[in-house]
Amino acid sequence: MIKIEKLHKSYPIGKDSLHVLKGIDLHIKEGEFVSIMGSSGSGKSTLLNIVGLLDIHDEGDYYLNDQLIKDMNEKKSAILRNKFLGFVFQSFNLISYKTALENVALPLYYKGMSRKERLKVALEYLDKVGLKDWANHLPNELSGGQKQRVAIARALVTKPKVVLADEPTGALDSTTTDSVMDLLKDINDEGMTVFVITHEEEVAEQTKRIVRLKDGVIISDELTKASKAV
Amino acid sequence: MKFLFDSDTWQEIYGSIRKNKVRTVITIIGVLWGIFLLVVLLGAARGMENGFNKLFGNFATNSVFVWTQRTDTPFKGFQEGRRFRLTMNDIEVLKSEYSNEIKLLAPRNQTNNLLVHNFKSGDFRVSGDYPVLDQIQKKQLLYGRFLNDNDILSTAKVTVISEDMYIQLFDKGVNPIGEYLKINSINYKVIGVYKPSNTIDFDGDTAYIPFTTYRKVYNTANRVDWMMITANEGTNIEQMEKDILLTLKGLHKVHPEDKRAFGSVNLGKEIGKVTGFIIGMQFLTWFVGIATLIAGVFAIGNILLITVKERTKEIGIRRALGATPKSIRQQIILESVFLTTVAGMLGIIFGSLVLFLIDAAVSNNDDIPLINPTVNIPIIFIAFATLIVLGTMIGLIPAHMATIVKPIEALREE
Repeated sequence: MIKIEKLHKSYPIGKDSLHVLKGIDLHIKEGEFVSIMGSSGSGKSTLLNIVGLLDIHDEGDYYLNDQLIKDMNEKKSAILRNKFLGFVFQSFNLISYKTALENVALPLYYKGMSRKERLKVALEYLDKVGLKDWANHLPNELSGGQKQRVAIARALVTKPKVVLADEPTGALDSTTTDSVMDLLKDINDEGMTVFVITHEEEVAEQTKRIVRLKDGVIISDELTKASKAV
Repeated sequence: MKFLFDSDTWQEIYGSIRKNKVRTVITIIGVLWGIFLLVVLLGAARGMENGFNKLFGNFATNSVFVWTQRTDTPFKGFQEGRRFRLTMNDIEVLKSEYSNEIKLLAPRNQTNNLLVHNFKSGDFRVSGDYPVLDQIQKKQLLYGRFLNDNDILSTAKVTVISEDMYIQLFDKGVNPIGEYLKINSINYKVIGVYKPSNTIDFDGDTAYIPFTTYRKVYNTANRVDWMMITANEGTNIEQMEKDILLTLKGLHKVHPEDKRAFGSVNLGKEIGKVTGFIIGMQFLTWFVGIATLIAGVFAIGNILLITVKERTKEIGIRRALGATPKSIRQQIILESVFLTTVAGMLGIIFGSLVLFLIDAAVSNNDDIPLINPTVNIPIIFIAFATLIVLGTMIGLIPAHMATIVKPIEALREE
């Protein structure tokens, strides 16, 4: 599903450049539940941004769904994002003046679905995350856990190949963290590839594979107990 | 163009406008004010033009008036300050020498007299005229007719009086035609009543009697007080005025360079000044209106630029969810066009309303030369189209700004 070979990325800082990713090799198959761990500055967010087509890499090859990602323009990557990827952010990133339902329906708008149809689909997904009754509430009327569940519903609504979650529990307390992780597990059980970035061991342990990053290189890549249990 | 008719597009725009109510209103006022000024000023200029046209309307605008004063230069043995009079001989000479240029020529004699009918009386101007006067300055007759050639030939004692005279001298409801009126103790038969024009008028309330009758009654012999001349189409009136004055100077032994001996007014020239003023005003109106419009449109661009800056994060989210740069651009441009269009429409509505109120306030007042202040529909359409084009163009700037930021940078924005 995701295949990365000898990936390099550096950011210019003044006259110098900061080498963030120094040759990453990573292969994630369909249906995997992977977490990327690392302290801040290890390059994990950069990796997620590149995988999420929000940023472009300098060297190496990146295949998404067997398609080589190269020479992307904004339009192409926007379409690919819409088609293959679902995003969950640490700060939820819901649009404040739209209701939960409208937020969930937004990716379908960019997909070109009719309003009636996409509100119907969005409501299904809100139901799936247990927030059907909150459909017409604005984000500021929801709790943090509820917001993140709306965001997950929004990430799922286009039936993407991969869900990318950047510190999905970073802004949540432990109870809501568990409920969000349970939700991600359920999604993975249904066969969706889930890619989580975190710096919390407890969160990482709930995934099936942990990839540890340090200073732009992978230092370990192992399966967890959770995966062996299945 | 599908996105134009998509209810979602409009919902997006509504959402972002609702979010910034105060700014939206202030922005709209900028453009609204511009087009409002344009409409009101153009309407007022048009109203003035109409007003002046009406003012000059009943008058042949290619007219020249000539009268005599006193000489200011000694000539051929005469001292300066000499008084002299126009004569019927001058009229004949002018008529034959300038037969190509002169269309109509009306010699006139005027005085003030007491008019008496039964027990009512009033002091009015009395004017000896030829029927040709009616062609130079159209008389609007309420009753009867104006003087005719027969009256001139027969030196008939007939008079055409004004509406005011009729009201002052006659009982209500009495048919004045055929009634007799004493002017300077001589009976005249009333043959017509006219309504003085509320436009340019040199006579006011005047009782017109035949020129020949006037000459006989007031014993004016050959003398002529003044004359009105209108020129044929295509005649250079200024040149004609100069030539006529020169001829008259020759006839009356006045120095050719004498500036005071003859008084003359060239109505065309005077009207030209006013017309020039109105054209200048219209030009100014366009200039001010368009400049204000542009300022307003720039204000919209400015506001949108700020809005885009503030919405960087939202735009980043949208792009992460699959919004193409094109769809983002479309939305912002449409927002700009929408704001300018709404502002433009409101401006036109308010402008028209003000014109309507002005019209209602002054239409019954003849003292203010402002008639039917309107703006042409094509002009409105052109202004409106310009507004939409400008709105689109100015929207391109923030739209571009919204899409050059990479989604990842936009998402990082807090």
